[in-house]
Amino acid sequence: MSPTTKIDLTGPRRSPWPERLIKALLIASSLVAVFVTVGIVFSLLFEAIRFFKIIPIQDFLFGLEWNPQTAIRADQVGAKGEFGAVPLITGTLLISTIAMLIATPLGLASAIYLAEYASSRTRAIVKPLLEILAGIPTVVYGFFAALMIAPLIRLTGTGMGLEVASESALAAGLAMGIMIVPLISSLSDDVINAVPQSLRDASYGLGATQAETIKKVVLPAALPGISGGLLLATSTAIGETMIVVMAAGLAANLTANPLEAVTTITVQIVTLLTGDQEFDSAKTLSAFALGLLLFTLTLLLNIAAQKIVNHYRERYD
Amino acid sequence: MTDLFTKVTPELKRRLRHERLFQWMGRSAIFIAIAFLLVMVGTIASMGVGALRQTHIELSVFLDPQELDTARLYDADYGRLVKKALRARFTEVKKRQDKRKLYNLISSQAEFTLRDLVVSRPSLIGQTVKVWFTASDDVDMLIKGNISSSTGNTQRRIDRRETRWINDLIAADQLESRFNSRFFWSGDSREPELAGILSAFAGSAFSLLVCFGLSFPVGIFAAIYLEEFAPKNRWSAFIEVNINNLAAVPSIVFGLLGLAVFLNTFGLPRSSPLVGGMVLALMTLPTIIIASRAALRAVPPSIREAALGIGASRIQTVFHHVAPLALPGMLTGAIVGMARALGETAPLLMIGMVAFVADVPNSIFEPATALPVQIFLWADSPERAFLEKTSAAIIVLLCFLVVMNLSAIILRRKFEKRY
Repeated sequence: MSPTTKIDLTGPRRSPWPERLIKALLIASSLVAVFVTVGIVFSLLFEAIRFFKIIPIQDFLFGLEWNPQTAIRADQVGAKGEFGAVPLITGTLLISTIAMLIATPLGLASAIYLAEYASSRTRAIVKPLLEILAGIPTVVYGFFAALMIAPLIRLTGTGMGLEVASESALAAGLAMGIMIVPLISSLSDDVINAVPQSLRDASYGLGATQAETIKKVVLPAALPGISGGLLLATSTAIGETMIVVMAAGLAANLTANPLEAVTTITVQIVTLLTGDQEFDSAKTLSAFALGLLLFTLTLLLNIAAQKIVNHYRERYD
Repeated sequence: MTDLFTKVTPELKRRLRHERLFQWMGRSAIFIAIAFLLVMVGTIASMGVGALRQTHIELSVFLDPQELDTARLYDADYGRLVKKALRARFTEVKKRQDKRKLYNLISSQAEFTLRDLVVSRPSLIGQTVKVWFTASDDVDMLIKGNISSSTGNTQRRIDRRETRWINDLIAADQLESRFNSRFFWSGDSREPELAGILSAFAGSAFSLLVCFGLSFPVGIFAAIYLEEFAPKNRWSAFIEVNINNLAAVPSIVFGLLGLAVFLNTFGLPRSSPLVGGMVLALMTLPTIIIASRAALRAVPPSIREAALGIGASRIQTVFHHVAPLALPGMLTGAIVGMARALGETAPLLMIGMVAFVADVPNSIFEPATALPVQIFLWADSPERAFLEKTSAAIIVLLCFLVVMNLSAIILRRKFEKRY
């Protein structure tokens, strides 16, 4: 018997172990994103459920009073504290609405101008400037809002005989609105640029002016993408923390008056979790319930935005 | 024909007027946004520029040999020497209350300045030396014109007599404004005239180091898997949805995750740059993955086919040929992500990086704060002098952000290849 070399050609060759190890590493890395999502959901849920054992979930979601207290003695007056999230939700929505009312026209108008009218030179100057606006840390906006915008609004308001809180919702909303402008502008810019030129040409061919073409043809075609962008911007506004921590108030007022002070979900999370705290009190745990609420709200908005944007993309590619 | 013409002309005028109006709306929207940017940065810069200078006061101090025991120079009461020097300079001050006001002209740091001088040059003992001391924040603010000396009696922090002392010092050339190097080389302090950004800067640097070390490898590995290896099925679509959602999760939620998992479950050190960096890494991960995938997609398939054609395995193809070509794009994405992490405040508040930290941290396990958190803390301080410190810290932060973003742009320009 002479020695023979056996070559097996029947199946696919198994790659050497280092390659398999590397591939396993690659897969593990891609799973980190999933783990983080799972981690967020579970850590928030776990702590929130502990909170709901102390405060019933319906009291949290539908309660009209927010007054987080922990009892020093068990029999003390108001020992339980009130954990109704409604004033926080309305406060958050009030400030976000103000922000969106400012950011939507500004962002959309600048996107239209940049995409349809501006020369390439203007674009080359303006776009980076708007990106700078987007890159400024929110703590800077918060500082500016608290220091300059709020006193200015108060001064103007009192001059007109109105009663203005020193930490009015309007000041925080205004700063937040400017912060969101570049987000809306860049998202809408992309969408408007994706509208096929043939649509515009057809409109010009019928004798429409450029403004008419934009309003009657381009914007309707870009509408789904733009509304997706607006939803994303709203979710950013709801989750924004530093501007409201520095410029909005702490008092949980149930009001729709932009000149009064309101508080938001994020402000309360920060207030509850900075400084001294015992970890198992209802006060501390309520921050996680608020976090869960915030996460759910923004997640729903994001999913809706992505659905709309993806749907739109399929139509024109 | 003419009929149609007369009918159309006024209508056309209206339409063209409308066209111009529409264009102007776009222009003014851009103008408002950019004007806001310029006003905000301009205001903050003009407020912060004052922090670059600090008022100093010169005093003649008699280094009394009876007070200074040469064997225990470090423990001597230098504060008393400084106070004595102040009383000698203003001999007319007699009342106890007035003396206290007099001592307030000079920062509480003065005794340490004197101690360092004497310890380093013991030969000076017995002589009268002229020493420049840091003035207190109230004096500094008065000199800079940020508080006036003429407002109502109860409100002002500097009264008429103190103003007279200060004018006296100015007349004698014993008060001058100098470059404030302490702002860059010392940690936080309760006294505005002594506060600096170094401890916050070190905290930020350590956090970013941890953040980069974790998020960059994981981010590019995830991108390589998703772009080069993952089969197009439900599972990879699910991962993709996860990444996109993470990119839009509010930053404060990452802070809650860090608090619940890293601090309370794993028991990692609270307030440390380690945990701060980990939280920031989770936030930056989606940015890096998305940018890296775009960079990998830009590498043409011909490169992969050539490598596979001469017998490279798929791992070899990716790691030897595709990834190196995509690396500049990946780095650009990483730098942009790091810049965003540097400006992030909210998640760091959640994991306790808001503590008062005077000492510069030496490792990633020590309590630290970060530059934006320091800005937040100073913005909350009641002293007028902290206002200019806050603004100056913002300017420093913005400078770092500009440098990071510029280097990302340069990197992109330099290595941008069209295949």
